[in-house]
Amino acid sequence: MSRISGGQIDRSQTLRFSFDGVSYTGHPGDTLASALLANNVRLMGRSFKYHRPRGAISAGSEEPNAIVELRTGARQEPNTRATVTELFDGLSAQSQNRWPSLKFDAMAINDRLSPFFAAGFYYKTFMWPAAFWEKIYEPIIRRAAGLGRLSKQDDPDAYDKGFLHCDLLIIGAGPAGLSAALTAGRAGARVILADEDFRMGGRLNAETLEVGGTSGADWAAQSVLELASLPNVRLLPRTTVIGAFDHGIYSAVERVSDHLAQPLPGKPRQILWRIYTKRTILAAGAIERPIAFENNDRPGIMLAGALRAYANRWGVAVGEQVAVFTNNDDGLRTVNDLQAKGLNVTLIDARKGDEVIDSAGRLGLKSITIRRANGKTETIHVSALGVSGGWNPNLNIASNHRGRPVWDDTIAAFLPAPESIAGLTCAGAAAGAFSTHAALTMGVAHAIAALADLGVTATADTPSAEDAPLNLTPLWYVHSGKGRAWVDPQNDVTVKDVKLAKQEGFVSVEHLKRYTTLGMATDQGKTGNVLGLAVMAELTGKTIPQTGTTIYRPPYTPVAMGALAGRARGADFKPTRQTPSHKWAEEQGAVFVEVGYWLRTQWLPRNGEPTWRQSVDREVLQTRKSAGICDVTTLGKIDIQGTDAGAFLDRVYANNFASLAVGKVRYGLMLREDGMVMDDGTTARMGQNEYVMTTTTANAVPVFRHLEYCRQVLWPDLDVQLISTTEAWAQYSVAGPNARKLLQKLVDQDISDAAFPYMACGAVTVQGSRARLFRISFSGELAYEIAVPTRYGDAMIRALVEAGREFDAVVYGTEALGVMRVEKGHVAGNELNGQSSALNMGLGKMVSRKKDAIGMVLSQREGMTAPNGYRLVGVKPVNPAESLTAGAHFLVKGATATADNDGGWLTSVVYSPHLGHSIGLGYLKSGDNRRGERLRSVNLLAKTDIEVEIVSPHFFDPEGERLRG
Amino acid sequence: MIINHPLLGPRDSQEFIYLGDAALIHRPDGMAEGALERFVDYTYLRDNPAGSHRELWYHEQGDRSWLVVTRDTTTHEITAVEMARDVARAEGRSK
Amino acid sequence: MANALKPLTPLGHDAPQSDTIGAITITENPNTALASLAARLGREAEVASLAAAAGIPLPGPGQSEAAATYGAIWLGPQQWMVEAAFATHEDISAILKPIFGEAASITEQTDAWVRFDVTSTTLPALFERLCSFDLHKAGAGAATRTVIDHLGCYVIRRTDTRVTILGPRSSAHSLHHALTTAAKALS
Repeated sequence: MSRISGGQIDRSQTLRFSFDGVSYTGHPGDTLASALLANNVRLMGRSFKYHRPRGAISAGSEEPNAIVELRTGARQEPNTRATVTELFDGLSAQSQNRWPSLKFDAMAINDRLSPFFAAGFYYKTFMWPAAFWEKIYEPIIRRAAGLGRLSKQDDPDAYDKGFLHCDLLIIGAGPAGLSAALTAGRAGARVILADEDFRMGGRLNAETLEVGGTSGADWAAQSVLELASLPNVRLLPRTTVIGAFDHGIYSAVERVSDHLAQPLPGKPRQILWRIYTKRTILAAGAIERPIAFENNDRPGIMLAGALRAYANRWGVAVGEQVAVFTNNDDGLRTVNDLQAKGLNVTLIDARKGDEVIDSAGRLGLKSITIRRANGKTETIHVSALGVSGGWNPNLNIASNHRGRPVWDDTIAAFLPAPESIAGLTCAGAAAGAFSTHAALTMGVAHAIAALADLGVTATADTPSAEDAPLNLTPLWYVHSGKGRAWVDPQNDVTVKDVKLAKQEGFVSVEHLKRYTTLGMATDQGKTGNVLGLAVMAELTGKTIPQTGTTIYRPPYTPVAMGALAGRARGADFKPTRQTPSHKWAEEQGAVFVEVGYWLRTQWLPRNGEPTWRQSVDREVLQTRKSAGICDVTTLGKIDIQGTDAGAFLDRVYANNFASLAVGKVRYGLMLREDGMVMDDGTTARMGQNEYVMTTTTANAVPVFRHLEYCRQVLWPDLDVQLISTTEAWAQYSVAGPNARKLLQKLVDQDISDAAFPYMACGAVTVQGSRARLFRISFSGELAYEIAVPTRYGDAMIRALVEAGREFDAVVYGTEALGVMRVEKGHVAGNELNGQSSALNMGLGKMVSRKKDAIGMVLSQREGMTAPNGYRLVGVKPVNPAESLTAGAHFLVKGATATADNDGGWLTSVVYSPHLGHSIGLGYLKSGDNRRGERLRSVNLLAKTDIEVEIVSPHFFDPEGERLRG
Repeated sequence: MIINHPLLGPRDSQEFIYLGDAALIHRPDGMAEGALERFVDYTYLRDNPAGSHRELWYHEQGDRSWLVVTRDTTTHEITAVEMARDVARAEGRSK
Repeated sequence: MANALKPLTPLGHDAPQSDTIGAITITENPNTALASLAARLGREAEVASLAAAAGIPLPGPGQSEAAATYGAIWLGPQQWMVEAAFATHEDISAILKPIFGEAASITEQTDAWVRFDVTSTTLPALFERLCSFDLHKAGAGAATRTVIDHLGCYVIRRTDTRVTILGPRSSAHSLHHALTTAAKALS
């Protein structure tokens, strides 16, 4: 029976759980590790490289060995630390990295072959021949790599993200964190106290020490109660602060539901908090480190503090016969506490020259061999050994901004560098103050200081507690025996590996890490790094600080990918934007395409149209023949007003805008300052000082940003005001020979060519409702764009369709829109590629050199104006039965398909139902002078190579007679 | 990072868009003699100091103000935040 | 001719939608007309006095203010969103333009936004899951633009228990989904 008296578990309730298919019981308050140990299960996993049998060595998040696959099915999670897994009824866990079973693992043969698997094994073995890298070596390495298995199913749980604000963030709720929180909380400051454990109190829960005359655990519980009663204090148990970012931003993962079989309905499994704080106290305690000796990795060999924690907090004795191997006074606490529990404890005090030199027990510790100071060796039977090589302040977070830790000889450990992160101080064991008294005092003092910075006065009220020194004499590894002594048990890095690294010249700490994989496992070297460093220092005859330091990057402990994704998964990956005709289009069975966040109608299949081309061809032909309606709401709309609005437009557009009359629209070409085309669109002058600019769908936001930049940064005294109206108006294009007749049925005013000529704009009404009308065309047809307040957008599409019935009008989508614009030779996204100038697009003459518009000067650069540069051309296949391929490159006949011979490329390709063959637009060197030339169009990816003819980009109605009709 | 907006106080830098060197305020006169050389310099030849740097940031998910932020590129310490419009005026920009 | 076009709410229904999840109620509110008001350069003082005379409050940065007929939200330097009842101010820019003449630029914004009114006694806890706007600290009248689920929104604290969110109208469904999901996670 391993359960002993005492502890903070609720023995009135029994929880059932299973490990590797065997059922056990535990109690609320247990972790999976404590419950397994209570059931005499010491063997919990296998190591990464040698598949050595392993058990828990710690009782916290630093655990390198006891990592398991938790849960089953879609919720199965690999590499879960049993030492921090809160036990719940029905918990199911499996050991990992073993086959066929934990007790008999075929891969344990690696252990016998260990001479071959020393540090650098992969580098040395899988070097040549290079041809083997991808096909042979990588699969072998990948099969051997990795610890747990993924379920390969979708994570069924939800994860939230959230934002918290406070004056003081306290990381860790041990004695220092609690005393800091009490001090700041009582002073009225906004405090967040976060602790990764489900029970706050830190080491106080694992010790038999007193605080203020009561047991430390009771004092912690009372403190938590008081803090919970303060409205200005937020307690975040089960919450790991995973990183410090700039200017007081911290990231934390709250495990809301991990202690339940599954989250309650609607609840997230975890929350990723972004915490904004003015000051921070890192009170994350310290992590004990082992002493390396031969075969120091057997299940049952633990850190001395963990052995004591299992006894004191969880009422678990890992064995009746126990030994403690320590180089400091803290190890003696384990001896005392276990003896008080009635266990038989042997002390091996390294400070007296006694050492543990070996251990035995294949699947769990059976005996240890001790060499006493007088040279005598003895073997004693024990089932547990607690080892203490000292404590390393848990400075992980404090080094996130590269602040180099500072060595302290008194405790033989690194301390966090002072002011390593602005606004953060370290208190308690995290600052190297190991006694309870020091932790409490420091927590209080740091809280007072932090609040004083913020202008808040707090008062000290520090309870009494022990103030014993550590009395440590460094001992890193036992110089005895030829066997392996583990430094980093998870990645199987031994003292020998460190020696080999030194021998082969990898002495710097960064090289040591990469050559041996020291500290690169899921625990990131929380127990092993400093030990490895110390061994290297000893081997090289340097001091530890001379050898190097290790710093840490976020996250502090592994984070589920789901927590980083939050709700942004699957259908919720990003928001969608719906056009005003969306509901109607959905009813019609429209096919939608994502354009940024927008969902636009791509085409509207009718019955009997099994292929998309049939729908698109019909939409194009019918628009050109009669009338077509298209939702163009997604184009960006920017309202530009002010007495200088016209002058402003003249500077942001390359072409002339000063002469635009009220009631008229003009096409505008916008350049970047480097002379390349940024965007294009139309701008309508709605009044003396009022304009409406349209942008391409994709550039609505960047163009708005650019305009704000121009008016605030470049010309701060221009009287111009801007606001986006993209969403305010539902805008439909009505195009085709019958467009006017169709629209006249709905618009209350006369829209005849005389009353509303080409490029006119103005306010109208649609059946009494306010509207805006623009006579502009993208399709090349007689066309209008009609805008109504968005709330009427649904009614408007229905009214247009109804009015168009007598003309057999169609509603067309983005595909037909694309066909018609290529037929007309209008540039769009494929041509506006950020690398093309107005000249490249055949719009060079639009760039006015009589005014200082953005991009004008650099558009005239040598190179940009070279006559042999790219020019927009039309392209058609010589054989009309052949199809062009977008992205194909132009080659003169007989030239090989190399980059040197590349003459340009096809940017846009469509099938023109009007012409009955494939057509395209492209950029061709000296394209203006090459009409009629026949070239090859080669796409090596699509494996197409066809003969094409270079033609005018205006395939349809080149004179523009139709749109003026 | 946190940017202390002159009007709105501390705001998360996630709300902002970064543009670059605040020297962009000094756009040359495109109609003047030698404009081409000056625009090449203006557009392409930026300082990229390791240390204090004046940068343009845009509060896109906020009040749409352009700001001049003085930030140490090695530590991210922000020592000044000003309205770009005020800076531009003070440095001689007008219409 | 009488207006024959039938309006839809941003969520695509004839009538506004309301959801009550636990202690949180999220209601689509199409009953407010909106227009942006920006002072022309050099005419800021004139705009202030014209607004005062017309009963239009012009709150400072990060603030909103309600008066008898009009309310306003600060958008940016010398720029506000003016609110009025839709029933009486459907064509709000036509009503405001004569008040300010050429002293201000006025643009209709009613249909650019979906407005959700969120009422709850635990608003701060809800908004912790939505955006970085700290409702524990921001009292009645505080207003800001911020990001909710990738969407740029205005969050206006009307009272201790009522917040208005103005979000992009085309994303009304996405925003509604984000709000109700957060509410369910808290209930």
